Amino acid sequence: MTVSRDNSKMVYEGIKAAGIRFVSALPETWLVYLLQLAEDDPEMCLVEVAKEEEAIGIAAGAYFAGKPNALLMQNHGFLASINGIVSLALLYRIPLLMLIAFRGHIGEPYPWHTQGGILTEPVIRGLGLPFEYARDPKKIAQQIREAQTFALSSLSPVALLLTRELMEEEL
Amino acid sequence: MKRADCIEALYPELEDRLVVTIMGACAQELYDLGHRENFFYLQHAMGLASSIGLGLAMNLPDEKVVVLDGDGSVLMNMGGLATLGRYRPRNLTHIIFDNGSLLSTGGFTSHTTSGIVDLATVAKGAGCPNVTPVNNMFQFMEAAAEAFENEAMSTIVAKVEAIGPDHFGMDFKLPENAIRFARFIKDR
Repeated sequence: MTVSRDNSKMVYEGIKAAGIRFVSALPETWLVYLLQLAEDDPEMCLVEVAKEEEAIGIAAGAYFAGKPNALLMQNHGFLASINGIVSLALLYRIPLLMLIAFRGHIGEPYPWHTQGGILTEPVIRGLGLPFEYARDPKKIAQQIREAQTFALSSLSPVALLLTRELMEEEL
Repeated sequence: MKRADCIEALYPELEDRLVVTIMGACAQELYDLGHRENFFYLQHAMGLASSIGLGLAMNLPDEKVVVLDGDGSVLMNMGGLATLGRYRPRNLTHIIFDNGSLLSTGGFTSHTTSGIVDLATVAKGAGCPNVTPVNNMFQFMEAAAEAFENEAMSTIVAKVEAIGPDHFGMDFKLPENAIRFARFIKDR
């Protein structure tokens, strides 16, 4: 299996179609092509953080500035961001659009991803965050747009879990 | 040097800037001078005030952004200094009040006590430009004036006493602060 360049492009086009021109991210394998597209796009401002929780603060700043934005991170980065999500985004009612590479679910060959993968959905549910799985490249643009709409109407963080089906393909 | 005196001296200069403060004493001391709609008080999520400032500054190049930070918060997000060092928006002033204490959460000594950790050196090592350590009001005001004039990101590390206000409270709710802050920016 390898990361799907075509599907990464469709995710990126969905991000652009939602009017997003500011992305904060921490690089991860499934996000490589997405982040390359962002980096090479003169219309896009990409901020790479040292740890994902920073991106919650940066996204809050972008929201205050009135700029549509998204966060790109791995699910372990989401787990590392929880205090920022709880004590900034939820506490102050800051909308976040989080695109999360969902590593460690069924089909995962790498042991190091498994515990985070198993716990991701229960943690998202425990936090009460609206979320959807993104599996179909043909639907991803609509899912991004709708997640953004709901984040802004509910003033809540919203998560899209980018699955293996979407992000990988056969060699 | 007292943080409250520094903030009071700075207060007139904050009128036309977007200000993000950390929790507790620092937020209260600014608020007690008179709330303005361009102030956002981050009453939790320690460490993220500087990240909010970065997101604001990068997205609003025509605004001037000031972050009032503290040693305890910076120690919780030292990676954030590296991100500031990498992107260094020219319209951001990062003021770190170092009282060597986790004052608002019980007054335990922080890693900066007795010069064990030097945040100015850490900030420089993280790539932050124009880092100025200050120990008295004259130096503080001089560094602040220079930072506000300068068309470059600046960091001031101000050694202050570990004292804070004897009361805490604001006359609005936390989400209200966020909503009003965003509206103030939108209406500019």
